[in-house]
Amino acid sequence: MSNKYLLFIEFFKTGLFAIGGGPATIPFLMDMAKKYPWFSMAELSDMIAISESTPGPVGLNMATYAGFKTLGTFGGIVSTLALTIPSIVIILIIARFLEGFQDNKIVKAVFAGIKPAVTALIAVAVMNIFKVSLFDISDSVITPRISSMIIAVVIFVLIQWPKTKKLHPALWFLFAALIGIIFRL
Amino acid sequence: MDFIDLYITFFRIGILTFGGGLTMLPLLKYELCETKKWITEEKLLDCYAIGQCTPGIIAVNTATYVGYLKRGILGGIFATLGMISPSVIIITLIAMFLQNFMEVAIIQHALMGIRGAVCALMLNTVYSLAKKSLISIVNVVICAITLLLALFTDVPTIVLIIAAGVCGVIIEKIRGGKKNEQ
Repeated sequence: MSNKYLLFIEFFKTGLFAIGGGPATIPFLMDMAKKYPWFSMAELSDMIAISESTPGPVGLNMATYAGFKTLGTFGGIVSTLALTIPSIVIILIIARFLEGFQDNKIVKAVFAGIKPAVTALIAVAVMNIFKVSLFDISDSVITPRISSMIIAVVIFVLIQWPKTKKLHPALWFLFAALIGIIFRL
Repeated sequence: MDFIDLYITFFRIGILTFGGGLTMLPLLKYELCETKKWITEEKLLDCYAIGQCTPGIIAVNTATYVGYLKRGILGGIFATLGMISPSVIIITLIAMFLQNFMEVAIIQHALMGIRGAVCALMLNTVYSLAKKSLISIVNVVICAITLLLALFTDVPTIVLIIAAGVCGVIIEKIRGGKKNEQ
């Protein structure tokens, strides 16, 4: 089978079986690195770092990068579409089903229970983001990154202020990036 | 026109996201709930819950669901194409021209700053979610139990979400039962 089809099948499989978003696709990418000569483990770890630092959801960035490494621009498009197709099909079926039962008592009760749980899960994810963004972890020594913490606190306080509350979130990214460049963080 | 609007809105959300699907939440809230008013914050949280327990990238799952709510199957497809386009374009350009992307000093400084901003926005999102969802003692208990299980055990996310849904049904049954007695 040609690489084109293999690439499509591998990413389709990833999209179908990786539950838990972008991070859940990493074990599948590792398998590909072992199974095919497309990219090495070292290249994969570079791909993950770059995907986390560039605009766009990490999972999609990694898929495009891995596809590009395998077959160039065309490969990047194939892998990303293949990863996405199972999601589109599954979500459309679920959405169609659930929206049909929107006023159903049981469906309502299920979501009433899920809501506080999702709040907790998002809180846990935020703690993990804090851990990697606000601390330097090397050789099990954890040092706080004071400059990033100050930026986080200042922006959090500013978002609560009625006049700056309604600003587009991306403006805060721009502001923080400029501070980072000016103070050479 | 609606389809182009869906594509452009999700393109904008995709290109302004740094990190995983979760860091996108403040942007989704701003664009979809506050500016466009396509869905409520509660509905967005439902979409997120479904996106987390179904396979695939959470950002894609959420885009498909919101697109479907707005304009049916084609709406879901257009929203998702908008979401994936920035990744394909940006990563292809970086892979072509910027092999040493991570070593560029100015990018490293900018990323250090952006990380702080991501934390502030995420904290603000959790704060506003908590205000909206922790409105009863039952909800606070479900939230606390899920938090403890997620932090200190290896129970998979999907199991936690399904268990919470089952709790919701049981609570509804108990409440319904009480009403019938009266």
